[in-house]
Amino acid sequence: MLYIKCPYCGLRAQKEFSYGGDATVKRPNINEEVSSKDWDNFVYMRKSPRGKHIELWQHIAGCRQWIKVQRDTATHEIFQTAKVTEEIR
Amino acid sequence: MQKYSVFSLIKNAFSNHQNWEVAWKDPTPKSEYDVVIIGGGGHGLATAYYLAKEHNIRNVAIIEKGWIGGGNVGRNTTIIRSNFMYDANARFNEFGMDLWRNLSQELNFNVMFSPRGIINLAHSDAQMNAYARRGNSMRLNGIDAKLLDRDEVKKLIPMADFSDEVRFPIFGGLMQPSAGTARHDAVAWGYARQADDMGVDIIQHCEVTGFDVVNGKIKGIRTSRGDIKAKKVGLCVAGSTNILAEKLNMTLPIETHVLQACVSEPVKPLLDGVVTFGAGHFYISQSDKGEMVMGGDLDGYNSYAQRGNLPTIQHVLTGGLALFPFLSRLKMLRTWGGIMDMSMDGSPIIDKTHIEGLYLNCGWCYGGFKSTPVSGWTFAHTIAQDQVHELNSDLRLNRFSTGHLLDEKGLGTKTWIG
Repeated sequence: MLYIKCPYCGLRAQKEFSYGGDATVKRPNINEEVSSKDWDNFVYMRKSPRGKHIELWQHIAGCRQWIKVQRDTATHEIFQTAKVTEEIR
Repeated sequence: MQKYSVFSLIKNAFSNHQNWEVAWKDPTPKSEYDVVIIGGGGHGLATAYYLAKEHNIRNVAIIEKGWIGGGNVGRNTTIIRSNFMYDANARFNEFGMDLWRNLSQELNFNVMFSPRGIINLAHSDAQMNAYARRGNSMRLNGIDAKLLDRDEVKKLIPMADFSDEVRFPIFGGLMQPSAGTARHDAVAWGYARQADDMGVDIIQHCEVTGFDVVNGKIKGIRTSRGDIKAKKVGLCVAGSTNILAEKLNMTLPIETHVLQACVSEPVKPLLDGVVTFGAGHFYISQSDKGEMVMGGDLDGYNSYAQRGNLPTIQHVLTGGLALFPFLSRLKMLRTWGGIMDMSMDGSPIIDKTHIEGLYLNCGWCYGGFKSTPVSGWTFAHTIAQDQVHELNSDLRLNRFSTGHLLDEKGLGTKTWIG
């Protein structure tokens, strides 16, 4: 089981969280012209790297906040967690 | 090649089975091939086999990072079916069923294809209606489908929970009687042995480290055992697709996830075919050895680990217990995981790419094993003719940007999230 440190609640079991996918994908700006390619990239295309991956999780059975997690997709080691408004470098 | 038969078995018994020929060789890579297939799983082996057999292209190498039978071809739950609603998926997989039916004879290797049927259970009127529709679509495509009511299901699986207190009562189910299972190792070994016999080099323990692309055309690959020139290269690497795509500066509509399966201790014959639970993600069959083979959900987050975590197994088996209470008394023998190339609409991709001479076979999600023969057959055609076959003409890479998705379950993208 993964243990994820929620920036609001502290270290909690993975079972309390729900996964939200790649956090580095940027939604095209609202009210601006969006090319098919940009939309395609946002909706479908993913790098899905082996190694460090910044991803969204929601603490669904806790504070219900969305958070960012930097995790290794091969070893499952978690390096860093942050509020969704914060940057992970 | 030595033919396998009861006579060769008797003959070799006299020498204590010490003189069997090796099933495939262990060659050193040549410097150049007409076609290089990356990935020695079921699909890669089948592709090489059909390239040699159907298209007479025999200067072919299969490059495998691990060993034959060590990846998903040896990690799946061996289910074979074609119970799809959309024409493209139905046609594709029903062609595959025809290949399965003759595979043991064709490969001279008993793949133990056993068409015992699959039942998808329904637990509401709405689900029964949806299955009636799917069954009708299947029959229009020439696939056998049978809508079962509750009593008919009870006759087939009396050990399921038919009591009054259950949370998800069984209303009925949709059955494909011609679906079934096969011995997955035998499929890999059978294809490997025949491909090797026709001149294909099966190169194991050789990792691809890069590609040689000049002016938009593939010239060869770089590997841990040296550079290999190739006129054409086919990618058949399932869960490693994104890793190789990155080396090609390609981004694909694929995410890599881990899927677990498990088997119980062996018990006496109990369950004839394959059964899927309709109120959760759980499926079960019984192997010829008597083990109950079970699987269900992905772990749910991007993963390249060929192992999963316990919460998912617990979640899947909770569904299993709701359907088959007898499972609570069985001991678990083992669990394992494989990494899946999850495509964004749940259907595979077999296509050319923007790089000339580079071909892509990926996006098999949970169900790559059943399509092993037809995937190899159509991918071999696509590589040999440099154009897609009618059977994979809808399994294109550009369907995501054009909007021609094949989302069989009608759930949109990333169905594994939430």
